[in-house]
Amino acid sequence: MSELWQIFKKGLLEENPIFILALSLCPALAVTTTVINGLTMGLTVTFVITSNNVVVSLIRNFVNPKVRVPVYITSIATIVTVAQLVLQAYFPLLYKAMGIYLALVVVFAIILARAEVFASKHGVVKSFCDGFGMGCGFTAAMLVIAAIREVTGSGTFLGYPVFGENFNPMLMMILPPGAFILIGYLVAGTKTWLRKIEEAKLKKEAA
Amino acid sequence: MAEYFTLLVGAVLINNFVLTKFLGLCIFFGISKNLSASIGMGMAVTSVMTMSSILAWIVYFFVLQPFGLEFLTTIVFVVLTASFVQLLELVIKKQAPALYNMWGIYLLLIATNCIVLAVPILNVENEYSLLKSIVFAIGSGVGFALALILMASLREKLDYADVPKPLQGIGIAFILAGMLSLAFLGFSGMM
Repeated sequence: MSELWQIFKKGLLEENPIFILALSLCPALAVTTTVINGLTMGLTVTFVITSNNVVVSLIRNFVNPKVRVPVYITSIATIVTVAQLVLQAYFPLLYKAMGIYLALVVVFAIILARAEVFASKHGVVKSFCDGFGMGCGFTAAMLVIAAIREVTGSGTFLGYPVFGENFNPMLMMILPPGAFILIGYLVAGTKTWLRKIEEAKLKKEAA
Repeated sequence: MAEYFTLLVGAVLINNFVLTKFLGLCIFFGISKNLSASIGMGMAVTSVMTMSSILAWIVYFFVLQPFGLEFLTTIVFVVLTASFVQLLELVIKKQAPALYNMWGIYLLLIATNCIVLAVPILNVENEYSLLKSIVFAIGSGVGFALALILMASLREKLDYADVPKPLQGIGIAFILAGMLSLAFLGFSGMM
């Protein structure tokens, strides 16, 4: 049990797809103008990465290694299409807000990377935990970015105003440049934080 | 004529794929450390994107649409672009080894990339004609190359700058991209 928890946990911080690995950034920057959009994208990616890990893990003994990448890509594309159709049918407004970025979930480096690095070598349960952990880490990162951008850029959270009427929103934050600059500082912040944890650990061991 | 020109300028400057639509960021941050690699990558992406757009346009309007299979667009386009890039790699390796030595490595990197997939999808979503699709693909490719080359030139200067420790590497690259994006925002007043 604790092993599964470890597999799940590493996606949240140590190997966070966005802040540490700096993978799959396109959506993280493009759709995080509001919290609800960021959450939708995060949940979609969690669904795709978890299901794909399970599928890849199930078929790992039947696929010839030479054709594994095309097989993984087809599997991912099929799952993304399912997600697209479900969103289109039940949440048409969110589907519209995601635009082209929803179809582009297919080519997120993080999904293919987890299939290749983890799911093709481990059992179903472990692969599920790995995919779910990575998905949760991704969703958490999306929520952080989206919350900062929505609160500063339009002065609202989930559509509700958080400041008084006199608040003058920083428009740049919901425009593309704000996203780039914010990610730059967030990456730097995460790096510093992880280094502090590491240093504290070393000190403890030395003492 | 004016219509095509607007489309081209729009794709290169105003809706720059990297700096305002955030597509192709993995390549953008990975390659832009080196100026000569950026030029090669820019050219490879432009040519691959143009050819795969033509291919995807034909498949969509002659196969998928007549049979009512539009919901398969994502799957078909991914497989199409990825296999097309692989095929191109084989042909170039056999026919033009000199070219392969220059570009081969970039072709592998762009096999499954958001920017190469995004252009065909946008073409059919906007229902562009074949000629318009080609113009749009070339414009997007040139815009990508422009952003990449600008960024690479800036990052070469950055090597001599005294950057705070936590921001070193990817952090400062993002902030730099933000500044570039801010500059490109100025073009939006052109239309």
